Amino acid sequence: MKVGPVLRALPTLFRVGFAEAVAYRAEMLVWILATTMPLVMLALWTAVARQAPIGPFGEKDFIAYFLATLIVRQLTGSWASWQLTFEIKNGVLAARLLRPLPAVLSYAVDNLSALPMRFLVSVPVAIAGLVSVGRSMLPSTAWGWVYFALAVWGGWLITFLVNIAIGTLSFFMESSNKVMDVWMAAFMVFSGYLIPVELFPSGLRKVADFLPFRYQIGLPVEIFTSRHAQDDALSLLARQWLWVVLLALLVHLLWRRGLRRFAAYGG
Amino acid sequence: MIVVQQLAKHYRVHRRKPGLWSAAKAVFKREYSVVKAVDDISFEISAGERVGFLGPNGAGKTTTLKVLAGLLYPTSGQVRVAGHVPERRAVDFLRQIMLVTGQKQQLIWDLPPAETFELNRAIYDVPRDRFQRTVSELAELLELGNLVDTPTRQLSLGERMKCEIVAALVHRPQVLFLDEPTIGLDVSMQTTMRRFIREYNERYGATVLLTSHYMDDVAALCPRVIVIDHGKLTYDGGLEQLTHRIRPEKRVVFRSEPSPDPAVCKSLGRVLSHENGQVVLLVPQDEVSGTVQRLLASFDVKDLTVESAPLEEVMSELFARGKSEKTAS
Repeated sequence: MKVGPVLRALPTLFRVGFAEAVAYRAEMLVWILATTMPLVMLALWTAVARQAPIGPFGEKDFIAYFLATLIVRQLTGSWASWQLTFEIKNGVLAARLLRPLPAVLSYAVDNLSALPMRFLVSVPVAIAGLVSVGRSMLPSTAWGWVYFALAVWGGWLITFLVNIAIGTLSFFMESSNKVMDVWMAAFMVFSGYLIPVELFPSGLRKVADFLPFRYQIGLPVEIFTSRHAQDDALSLLARQWLWVVLLALLVHLLWRRGLRRFAAYGG
Repeated sequence: MIVVQQLAKHYRVHRRKPGLWSAAKAVFKREYSVVKAVDDISFEISAGERVGFLGPNGAGKTTTLKVLAGLLYPTSGQVRVAGHVPERRAVDFLRQIMLVTGQKQQLIWDLPPAETFELNRAIYDVPRDRFQRTVSELAELLELGNLVDTPTRQLSLGERMKCEIVAALVHRPQVLFLDEPTIGLDVSMQTTMRRFIREYNERYGATVLLTSHYMDDVAALCPRVIVIDHGKLTYDGGLEQLTHRIRPEKRVVFRSEPSPDPAVCKSLGRVLSHENGQVVLLVPQDEVSGTVQRLLASFDVKDLTVESAPLEEVMSELFARGKSEKTAS
């Protein structure tokens, strides 16, 4: 695969992907609203913390944490698993496979192209809130911002690769949507999306440290709200990127094996 | 350009009878059977040929095209297209081929076809001036008008098919696999599409392998046909020879005034029809000229033609033979 033609194609791929993402305006708006769960959690946890801090989290910490969660969730979204399952079952994947562009890359572009729209609608609100309420909690050093950028990128990659890995299971079973549902249930518990991982009982927290979920959302949020010293952040980032590498290998293996079973139904 | 040796593609298919008990049983124990969609077929196609790939429903035509396009892994056998092993899906291979199916599409459903054309231009790295030339040529030939700016989901099947063809040819592939390319098109557009496919083949020296249930497509486009039935190759050769093999008789169609005497007609050949003064006779090929002379001597002939059997009849007889041979075995 030559890199030059792929790089030249990317701007058009993103532009067309964006146009496709915003083709249904009403659906787009509902979809954006559906990812505002952190705001609900924000209201819930700040009400609880108003009486007394919960562990290291006071009212302002919760506000900063869940506004950051809203931003990170918008930046790390992926739905490739449902897309892939649908396209394998209906044979639509064939159109992607006929093009001289890696199909996994085309899913990545599809997912990333929709992010600006999500970003435009919801993130300015969260940033304004964060800056006014918890400015002191945002990174004050260059490394803090660099680590945050790396953590968001790593978080998106983990989310995307897990989506592709689970979607690829549809080559082997009739549909892998239920596997994704199970993943999402575990994600809600262990990722820090609903409850900061810092508030977990120590045993459960150790488990969360070894699972990939925390590195999808929790870690970028924790770095963004300055909850780690540099060494700790670096060590957690290393774990996150280890997950990225492991998942990339898993996707490579599943994709190669799965394609052999593709039946290209229809047509 | 295309070499297929002992190609086989088998599917494992889950079988279940209707009903609640069968559904419950299938949760614990599933029964599978192996379907031999393509079973040991071999053929070669040279660069620039136009070949019709024919067979009844479920014969294995589309499966073979999908193997040749690199979408399916063969169960066994060797396949090479443009010097490549298709299932490896090398970039150089994908840049040289295109599979167009009448039922599945590459057009982006929610966007106008022009966006898919542009996307393909970027993916295939086609220079912009060549892209614009190609698209405007194709759009004019296929009378696309402002269809290219209408969201794909709002186009009719025929309109989508025309846009599919344009999207497929943006990168000027050297090998075209066309699966039912005229499906959904009106009669005049079918003719345009046939002319277009022939022109593309002649202009760019492209190899064309097409399946179609419209025999007019095959008659107009394919000097050679490959017939498969139940996954087995049953014929590979010229279309004329196939017609001659299956229906060696010619049809002598004539009209005379007054209406020809039925008894005399019977003496000239097998009478297929006799209506309103027009008679259709079935005559062995080597007796055609003698029969025509006797006919002209016997009647006041106003109109006379000598035809081969319609391709539809040839094919249905060929498929029926395949079916009866299968039943017998």
